[in-house]
Amino acid sequence: MKLNASTWIFAALLAGITIIAPILHLALPETSPLHVPTYALSLFGKYLSFALLALSVDLIWGYCGILSLGHGAFFTLGGYAMGMHLMRQIGDRGVYGNAELPDFMVFLNWHELPWYWLGFDNFIFALAMVILVPGALAFTFGWFAFRSRVSGVYLSIITQAMTFALMLAFFRNDMGFGGNNGLTDFKEILGFDLHSQGTRVGLFIASGTTLLAGFVLCRMIVASKLGKILVGIRDAESRTRFLGYRVEHYKLFVFTVSAVMAGIAGALYVPQVGIINPGEFAPANSIEIVIWVALGGRGTLIGAIIGAVLVNLAKSYLTAAFPEIWLFALGGLFVGVTLFLPRGIVGGIVGGLGITRLMGARGRA
Amino acid sequence: MPRHIILSMLLLFAAAAIYSPARADQTADILQGLTAKSFNAKISAVETLAASGDARVVAPLTALLEGRLHRRKADGAIVIVQAQDGKEFFFDALTGKPLGEAKPRSSKKIRVNNRLRGILRGALGALTLFSPDRAQRLTAAQSMFKSAGADSLAPLAKAYLKETDANVREALARTLAAVRLRHGSDEEKLAAAEMLADFPDREVRDLLANTAQKAQGGLLAAVTAAHKSIESRLNFFNILQYLFQGISLGSVLLLAAIGLAITFGVMGVINMAHGEMVMLGAYTTHVVQVIFHGYFPGAYTQSLLLAIPCAFLVTGLFGVVLERGVIRFLYGRPLETLLATWGLSLMLQQFVRSIFGPTNREVIAPTWMSGSIEITGGLALTNNRICIVIFAVLVFLLLTLLIRYTDFGLRMRAVTQNRAMANAVGIRSGWVDAMTFGLGSGVAGLAGVALSQIDNVSPNLGQGYIIDSFLVVVFGGVGSLWGTLVAALSLGLANKFLEPYAGAVLGKILILVLVILFIQKRPRGLFALKGRAAEA
Repeated sequence: MKLNASTWIFAALLAGITIIAPILHLALPETSPLHVPTYALSLFGKYLSFALLALSVDLIWGYCGILSLGHGAFFTLGGYAMGMHLMRQIGDRGVYGNAELPDFMVFLNWHELPWYWLGFDNFIFALAMVILVPGALAFTFGWFAFRSRVSGVYLSIITQAMTFALMLAFFRNDMGFGGNNGLTDFKEILGFDLHSQGTRVGLFIASGTTLLAGFVLCRMIVASKLGKILVGIRDAESRTRFLGYRVEHYKLFVFTVSAVMAGIAGALYVPQVGIINPGEFAPANSIEIVIWVALGGRGTLIGAIIGAVLVNLAKSYLTAAFPEIWLFALGGLFVGVTLFLPRGIVGGIVGGLGITRLMGARGRA
Repeated sequence: MPRHIILSMLLLFAAAAIYSPARADQTADILQGLTAKSFNAKISAVETLAASGDARVVAPLTALLEGRLHRRKADGAIVIVQAQDGKEFFFDALTGKPLGEAKPRSSKKIRVNNRLRGILRGALGALTLFSPDRAQRLTAAQSMFKSAGADSLAPLAKAYLKETDANVREALARTLAAVRLRHGSDEEKLAAAEMLADFPDREVRDLLANTAQKAQGGLLAAVTAAHKSIESRLNFFNILQYLFQGISLGSVLLLAAIGLAITFGVMGVINMAHGEMVMLGAYTTHVVQVIFHGYFPGAYTQSLLLAIPCAFLVTGLFGVVLERGVIRFLYGRPLETLLATWGLSLMLQQFVRSIFGPTNREVIAPTWMSGSIEITGGLALTNNRICIVIFAVLVFLLLTLLIRYTDFGLRMRAVTQNRAMANAVGIRSGWVDAMTFGLGSGVAGLAGVALSQIDNVSPNLGQGYIIDSFLVVVFGGVGSLWGTLVAALSLGLANKFLEPYAGAVLGKILILVLVILFIQKRPRGLFALKGRAAEA
């Protein structure tokens, strides 16, 4: 399988950032203008996990025409799996000092750990769940949806209903996932203190590396023969079916891969922000992911990453500096991009320069 | 309660004038029995006091129930403690004569337990059965249902014969039957069981169930029959209640979704800002009310009626602007429309939040919309819910007629079915698009007026309905108004009938899952368009 030049360039760029930013953080003195402060590193680590999430949405929306408005659900499920492991790592250092039960269960007067919490003490098991839970949900959901040919807007609406249902469910205290407050107050990961500088650097590097791997994986998928069929499905689903391809199998595969990526992104996100709660399931969050992709350029992969980082940079800045403006800006972005920049930043620039072939993507709006 | 106390004080003075001193002393002696250590002795004292029929004992018994009856340590006199301006004063228990300020710890409270409280309530009930105040008689008759003993049969029967008010009479008959069932002769018990069958409520049901455990022979059969008849009627009322709640929820869903059924169903535009149109309608209602408050305070509460056309015009106009400004550039690209309108919804929310603030705004209901219609057995229909059901039906009918019989409706259907042909026969399809979108948005505004009565008018109002409305439209079948009606009602009913078994949140989750599964089975909804229109 041959990957084109722009892929290598961008991958090298990503790798460079992943290596250089921690070096600038650790090696340079704090007075140096090039020094990267700890909070910036954490913030960027968070953006990188969002970028991975955007990548997963771009893979299905940009290349297969599946607009999922519930991808936040997979992200959050992955986050919860990681959060449960971190919760178990607290041990008896919680407020109630109960080694057997997380604080919120003590608070709710529970006496033993529910069965679905068993095994989360083990990091490997938790990692497996990060992949399996979103993957299994996406597989089941996709199995039913694609087989009965639910597509387009209908699919968008039921994915939204799915994440909404999950949000309602996780808000319930009886579910055993901390209800309203979610999981928080984490102490350490793999024995490293979550608040220490070194761990933050490690998480940043992990996020960068995973994003890089995800990017290369997506690139490989879309550059393969399978990727061509996906684009065929996007542009003319019926015709692809008439040619003899089992459209639903391709859709199911790419949807599941994408959900797993989203789950991993969630697992990277949680230790860096230190909390996961049902609010992450909110349909609004899932729709926001789509605008990252749309801004950066749908069907370009690189665009998804750029869009995620740009929008979140703007969000961090605006919500702090002008909280009133933020929703206007985000809303305006939705309207502006769909009306005036249908191919996004990357698609627009590259299309304008006439180097579409180099990108290997025909970003059809 | 204060009125109760004052009244009993008045009664007490009146009684003091009538009763002879000798009898008063007797009562005072029995009153001393309340200070006994054992609760059994206290109970017998209360029962003797109640049986004396002396109206003066109402005050000390009420005080005892409220924990204000004390025994003064200095002379052992029984006194009522009453707080006034932060200080406490003693009053003589029987005569109500003021005995000066109460020093702390100069008296000891006479303690009561739950059993004694029950007996006290029953005794007080018997004593207030003949009160001139109708409400007091009614409370007395009702409170005696559970606790009254055999000795209250006579006063109850007397009160029943004397009573002129129909409601109090009914309550008395119910209590009388209950007391007879517990303490009457065998024939009386049988008659009482039959009579109780006419009072289908939970208290009677529980009483009958308890009696059935101890009863034998003919009585057992009668009690069981009465219990069964009440049970089935209670179940029936329950079902009626769920039915009404379901229809009420369904009509709310219908109102929220029907505008969407036009914009999404007929035009194929995914308007994620639909919820915000509803919200704008609710805020228009608020603004109309504020204007009324300023200029026509007399008609203040009726402002809701004027708010209906205002909300329709405001949101309708907004819809037209939206269609001309944004949506018309995105026809044929449903997913992009979805994103752009989502952006608009965010901006609208922030816009309203910036102007009106993030807190809830109050919208006052007209007087004819408050209150409720009571049907027996605890079944009550609130007026505002009934109004919303009627309003939803009206809106639905008007829309159906509009689409079916007016010139505009004809043009609208023509453009939906075949745009090119409609253009060819001279219909300005762009204009029809704008008007149709305006109509859908206007209807959302109407929903906002209705929702302002039952929900919080806040910038987030629309967010709560958007997913539900989309599900209703998709479930009913896109492009079918009747489908929307059926879907809204069935989702509303399903939700309310699931609620008692699964709880509110879980019920809602179940509904969501069911709809998702249903869409897998029938991706085009309940009433899918067939033939050529389905391809459009």
